[in-house]
Amino acid sequence: MSKVKVAVLGSGNIGTDLMVKLGRSELLELTAVIGIDPQSDGLRRARELGYAGVDTGIDGFLSDPTLEADIVFDATSAKAHLYNAKVLKEAGIKVIDMTPAAVGPYVCAAVNIDEHLDKDNINLITCGGQATIPMVHAVNRVAPVEYAEIVATIASLSAGPGTRANIDEFTETTSLAISKVGGAKKGKAIMILNPAEPPIMMRDTVYTLVEEGKMDEAAIRKSIDEMAEVVQSYVPGYRLRTEPIFEGNKVTIFLEVEGAGDYLPKYAGNLDIMTSAGVKIAEAFAKKLLTKATV
Amino acid sequence: MTNERDILITEVALRDGSHAINHQYTVEQVLKVTKALNDANVPYIEVSHGDGLAGSSLQYGLSRTNEMELIEAAVSVADKSKIAVLLLPGIGTLHELKEAANLGAKMARIATHVTEADVAPQHIAYAKELGMETVGFLMMNHMAPVSKLVEQAKLMESYGADTVYVVDSAGYLLPDQVRERIRALKQSIGVNVGFHGHNNLSLAMANTLVAIEEGATRIDGSVRCLGAGAGNTQTEVLVAVCERMGIKTGVDLYKMMDLSEDIVAPLLQVPQEITKDSLTLGYAGVYSSFALHAKRAATKFGVDSRDILIELGKRKVVGGQEDMIVEVAAEIAKNKSKIVLA
Repeated sequence: MSKVKVAVLGSGNIGTDLMVKLGRSELLELTAVIGIDPQSDGLRRARELGYAGVDTGIDGFLSDPTLEADIVFDATSAKAHLYNAKVLKEAGIKVIDMTPAAVGPYVCAAVNIDEHLDKDNINLITCGGQATIPMVHAVNRVAPVEYAEIVATIASLSAGPGTRANIDEFTETTSLAISKVGGAKKGKAIMILNPAEPPIMMRDTVYTLVEEGKMDEAAIRKSIDEMAEVVQSYVPGYRLRTEPIFEGNKVTIFLEVEGAGDYLPKYAGNLDIMTSAGVKIAEAFAKKLLTKATV
Repeated sequence: MTNERDILITEVALRDGSHAINHQYTVEQVLKVTKALNDANVPYIEVSHGDGLAGSSLQYGLSRTNEMELIEAAVSVADKSKIAVLLLPGIGTLHELKEAANLGAKMARIATHVTEADVAPQHIAYAKELGMETVGFLMMNHMAPVSKLVEQAKLMESYGADTVYVVDSAGYLLPDQVRERIRALKQSIGVNVGFHGHNNLSLAMANTLVAIEEGATRIDGSVRCLGAGAGNTQTEVLVAVCERMGIKTGVDLYKMMDLSEDIVAPLLQVPQEITKDSLTLGYAGVYSSFALHAKRAATKFGVDSRDILIELGKRKVVGGQEDMIVEVAAEIAKNKSKIVLA
């Protein structure tokens, strides 16, 4: 089976973890890792593994006729993405935006990718969004959710300077996506950094209030379990920490995300769920592109 | 009343006290308390949800009244006192900060865990832009060594904080530890140093006096001890003690005593005491707002609230992780039933 060519833009932690995951994909072929720092560890690793390591940024990649990609992962920054999105669109390359820029629609890998397979740019929301929105959706599809609130607690070491300097982007973007993608009428998100040593695994708590009279405990339990399996299919370390708690019209769901430990440490489940979701979405794009090619 | 003050007191009952009354403040209560604090010449009055702006949530407790209405009410009766707000990055955002500033809040206290100051620069800079006085509020101070505290305080100063606080959120610090911390900050940063205590080990007053002795000039108190856990340094008592020691607070003692007795005491469903739960907070080093949540979870799962709090302390849970309380309670209950079965 032929594969769809992809490139990773950004040679930091996320880009390098993506590179490792893409090496295992049966649908995607990584051609290049693109950075701007010739000394970067990510580019060195990319070259060692036989991929092109471009150190002249997106312009360098696009102007090199020997390099190609149908899909690019953008793991740079929100600011850089605005430019990258523009030139990649002009080049006719699909973009999976892992930054908070949100030029394209929010996509949660387990929830709404099918609606956006025709888009040229999609956004991955936030790590907290990828972890919790599947559960909001799982409840909402069987009992309409009036309000959903999520609390993401991550190890301090797994929050880079970009996340820290723009922590409001996390709360605002996640809140919005809880309603837009998760289906809750109203959403709220809280992020907590915990510096404990050894570092804690990402943990998320999802509170949902369902419409009066619509509580169906058995159906909600079943929907939650099914959704957990869907997410586990691309994030094996995703699990329910304990049974959901039902109180009146409130359902509380406790999650934990252990990373695969590819390039990033296992506790950084928050980063792993982003790169795993990125690959999952790219594979969905790839299936569609490959079907088109055979037709 | 003299305008000369050796220390500047911030009254936190309308913010920290929100925890103790499950975030049930009404506009009328805030008007009454603020008016009396203003009359007593208290320089700063903090008004927000207990967990800061936008803290109203299932995680921490829903506010009965929108905090912006409470802030607006407080501003309307404070012609001398300045209204302060608390903001925890990760919970509140610049959006709420702006709303509060537009309503007339004059001080922004940006609170982070003691090791995480670098989530605060945006909020401190924006508060400055809005013309507010700024405070870097380093919570759960006991969880970091002094050298780390100094590093984080310097960051807060570099972001533009006018004051950096040592915040003993768990009421865990002993007087010598407070002394060491305040002294280290006085030696390493150029801006004001503040202290916020909790009375879980009955040390809030002693710790506050040590902090003042070492040069802290910004001090938090809660009238009638109306704060999380066993409350904070009791403001009216602090005013009296300072007066005896010749430390000028500029606050009217009799008016504070009247406020405490006639306005605040009737607000409390139960008096603020050092209960076994609040004592356990201070003993185990756990965030003071966990007390009531742990009590509720203990009842629900049929376990001892002290076991929950001790376990949370062992797991090095930080402020804001209230979701861990129910989870730990459920775990303890499950383990207990296993033991019984065995």
